Amino acid sequence: MSAARMQVLSSRNVRLLSRGRNEVFAGRSGAQRPGGDPRTRSLTCPPLSSSSSPGRALSSLSATRRGLPKEKMSENGIMSRAKVLTIDTMNPTVKKVEYAVRGPIVQRAVELERELSEGMKKPFAEVIKANIGDAHAMGQQPITFFRQVLALCSYPELLSDSTFPEDAKSRACRILQSCGGNSMGSYSASQGIDSVRQDVARYIERRDGGVACDPDNIYLTTGASDGIVTMLKLLVCGEGTTRTGVMIPIPQYPLYSAALAELGAVQINYFLNEEKCWSLDITELQRAVNEARQYCNPRALCIINPGNPTGQVQSRQCIEDVIRFAAKERLFLMADEVYQDNVYAEGCQFHSFKKVLFEMGPEYAETVELASFHSTSKCYMGECGFRGGYMEIINMDDEVKDQLTKLLSVRLCPPVPGQALMDLVVNPPQPGEPSYGSFIKERTATLSALAEKAKLTEQVLNTVQGISCNPVQGAMYSFPRITIPEKAVKEATETGQQPDMFYCMKMLEETGICLVPGSGFGQKDGTYHFRMTILPPTDKLKILLNKVKEFHQRFTQQYS
Amino acid sequence: MNHGTALLWKRRALSSLSATRRGLPKEKMSENGIMSRAKVLTIDTMNPTVKKVEYAVRGPIVQRAVELERELSEGMKKPFAEVIKANIGDAHAMGQQPITFFRQVLALCSYPELLSDSTFPEDAKSRACRILQSCGGNSMGSYSASQGIDSVRQDVARYIERRDGGVACDPDNIYLTTGASDGIVTMLKLLVCGEGTTRTGVMIPIPQYPLYSAALAELGAVQINYFLNEEKCWSLDITELQRAVNEARQYCNPRALCIINPGNPTGQVQSRQCIEDVIRFAAKERLFLMADEVYQDNVYAEGCQFHSFKKVLFEMGPEYAETVELASFHSTSKCYMGECGFRGGYMEIINMDDEVKDQLTKLLSVRLCPPVPGQALMDLVVNPPQPGEPSYGSFIKERTATLSALAEKAKLTEQVLNTVQGISCNPVQGAMYSFPRITIPEKAVKEATETGQQPDMFYCMKMLEETGICLVPGSGFGQKDGTYHFRMTILPPTDKLKILLNKVKEFHQRFTQQYS
Repeated sequence: MSAARMQVLSSRNVRLLSRGRNEVFAGRSGAQRPGGDPRTRSLTCPPLSSSSSPGRALSSLSATRRGLPKEKMSENGIMSRAKVLTIDTMNPTVKKVEYAVRGPIVQRAVELERELSEGMKKPFAEVIKANIGDAHAMGQQPITFFRQVLALCSYPELLSDSTFPEDAKSRACRILQSCGGNSMGSYSASQGIDSVRQDVARYIERRDGGVACDPDNIYLTTGASDGIVTMLKLLVCGEGTTRTGVMIPIPQYPLYSAALAELGAVQINYFLNEEKCWSLDITELQRAVNEARQYCNPRALCIINPGNPTGQVQSRQCIEDVIRFAAKERLFLMADEVYQDNVYAEGCQFHSFKKVLFEMGPEYAETVELASFHSTSKCYMGECGFRGGYMEIINMDDEVKDQLTKLLSVRLCPPVPGQALMDLVVNPPQPGEPSYGSFIKERTATLSALAEKAKLTEQVLNTVQGISCNPVQGAMYSFPRITIPEKAVKEATETGQQPDMFYCMKMLEETGICLVPGSGFGQKDGTYHFRMTILPPTDKLKILLNKVKEFHQRFTQQYS
Repeated sequence: MNHGTALLWKRRALSSLSATRRGLPKEKMSENGIMSRAKVLTIDTMNPTVKKVEYAVRGPIVQRAVELERELSEGMKKPFAEVIKANIGDAHAMGQQPITFFRQVLALCSYPELLSDSTFPEDAKSRACRILQSCGGNSMGSYSASQGIDSVRQDVARYIERRDGGVACDPDNIYLTTGASDGIVTMLKLLVCGEGTTRTGVMIPIPQYPLYSAALAELGAVQINYFLNEEKCWSLDITELQRAVNEARQYCNPRALCIINPGNPTGQVQSRQCIEDVIRFAAKERLFLMADEVYQDNVYAEGCQFHSFKKVLFEMGPEYAETVELASFHSTSKCYMGECGFRGGYMEIINMDDEVKDQLTKLLSVRLCPPVPGQALMDLVVNPPQPGEPSYGSFIKERTATLSALAEKAKLTEQVLNTVQGISCNPVQGAMYSFPRITIPEKAVKEATETGQQPDMFYCMKMLEETGICLVPGSGFGQKDGTYHFRMTILPPTDKLKILLNKVKEFHQRFTQQYS
């Protein structure tokens, strides 16, 4: 049995305590159990987390409720009855969904914020939510030009306001002219506004050194998440050993595991190599796909580049290798490239899968199916709230494309303000235009601050004994490995918590810093990590890193 | 063969191609010696439930309308000068102007430097400040809580309390959504479980808004049809509900009942009595109620009034108020504002099991949050300018103008259509559409059937090609067998609507003559 398989199995054993309870209850109630290979189920079922979360107390309540008859008399004589929709009769795939980035630790952080605001005494003055890549919430300012255009599009009377620059006005006019009735309030085409898709296509051509891009291959989306879930949805079919399997990196951004759980697809883990700066190893891909072919039908391979939560930037060579692997193994490639402008490390450069694919010649360029995803939420703009994004699909079967368009039409269209913002991101002020100077200045300031903070984070964390942090080559997070003392691991396990959840929860309670435990992203068995965003302003980040350092030392001492 | 049918034939040719492809080996040599291979993802290997999804409101007829528009813009000669898309309730696209106050606040939220601009009214500025203060970093660019911005949910709760004459509303029961569609699909998703005869069944009206049938197809749930009574102005009949649920219990597990009030596409407004009866029925049959109330401000007919399911439920006393599970949906896209593009919406859930609520919140968190500009807009809809505030006068004027124009157009549409022999139209009591019944001559039915089209699709496609008017055939919403309808929005400006109705009239007469 391979080492990796052992990891999977043993991590499953660790979870038995918490998972077992649910299964027993599901069996007792006769509730529908999901079909499929039990092994695949354990793969798609991430660990349960906090034993102290309110969810647990509630779910043991339901166990007693389950034994009750459907109707009973209450004190006032009114028929009281079990609800139509209960935890036992709801969609079983939804129950398996886990999303640690907004999981129990964040719920506790929100509670703590409320308690602070109600005057409760805490060992900290504020909660710092370093759990999520939410740039504006961390104080990053929006790009002035983008917001001017959005204001003009929202309230076109401002087009006669002389304080707005001419380039902002002309962009706004172009966007409004593409909207029904010249209003952002009308539905757009389900695939997105035509002119925006054209601008996206031209942006991709510039980015990829002239490789052609057809606007018909561009679909605007509600953030990148929407596109990713939609593509996965198309790919899912079969039952049992023919069920669609999807390869995802471990550690991964948990949108992937959540979507696969909900769709009932099989999650196939391939492990990134932490020792080599989280790089992707083709032999590991091969191991993963070979093992998976015994219990499912691997059909897609997801890559996150630059990496989330791991921050690595893939080399051109590695991308070529991945494409060859996908071609050989007949896998649909999904390239999550939302951090494409977030590359900081010397010698690192972003290469799009599309560009590399087309440079590999027709044997690959004309056959390998690829979807790549981008968004307005990251890079230098960080406009998460607008839920803008796009996907480009390459070599997709025409009939499937029709089905994709049909499927998207049911939701009518992505939010139009997000589409407008996406347009500005791919078509920012050009040299010679009045806003060019300020745009470049703002963009550069944000990106160089991020580069500085990436370095700072790595450096400070690596000064702490028991924390070891790979270089943050790109994206917006550090994902350091932490040493958790045996005694702490034991205490965590006894309370049914993952050791790194126990660690992060303690850090939150003691310092107000909200991180996400590595177990929420997946990690090699027996290793522990946390994800921390590098987004806070430099001054604040220094304080934060110092608090993390002090906490880690205290924690280590306490449990040694 | 006209373009529309040509397109259909092309599609069919493609899909029969895939049938032959199925027999091919996975790889073969092409002329240049490069290995050519079947794609990973083909129509035969894709998600089968997605293939079953149909959404007529943006179906083949709309694709053809878009093609015609392009052809016109390229100078091609057509028997019409413009394509009129009366297929969808897209108010702004039809020329309706946004509410000034709403857009001022959105501009202020987008670019807060405008807060020092003295041309913006003070109430717009204070609303914008309040919204921004609820956003992380005071920016609409930050993620909100997955359930939606706290202060917006509070405002929604207060709005519901005012609307429902004081019935309490807990902001914790409010979930902001990406349009109402998002909320509806999410609720249906929670409800689906079981296999075979225990598979979740969901009752939907026929005719229905096809989001419901599309979502149920994708989720693999069982669609249970109950028919609205066209003879009684599309009213809902409890005996029909009973028939539908009784029959369905033989092959699935009916768990939810969807109501659209005011009706889409049918325009009826439910009476208070009928709502009470539906609630009693849901309680008796143990069904989760889903009330699609996105047209709650669009009530035009004399004697009709909107009653929310929530209000009626709470007025029926604790036996119902404390037990019947209800989700109701609202949106920024309809009513007097018609802001479809912002994808704003909310749902209120009543009597939902606490554990399920936790699961709902978790599920929503994966998508991070609904678009923040849409949340801001939802806030303005539920908390518009109040008497005494500077923008109150203009707001009321704009709102009233839109709603009275809609009332006028609802009446006009019914009247004109009923002058045409072979078209019979129920009163448009509410919402934004007429759904008249049309008589299609035998000969036309035969021709349609021979080309594999639904007769009313054939009719609407012909109308589009000849007049440029884009309607949705009744078959896209469901209808009693052997009856035919189309859905037409009443949104075009009155002048244009008159022309449109006249063209429909002329087309119908021509069509009838041609096929008689």
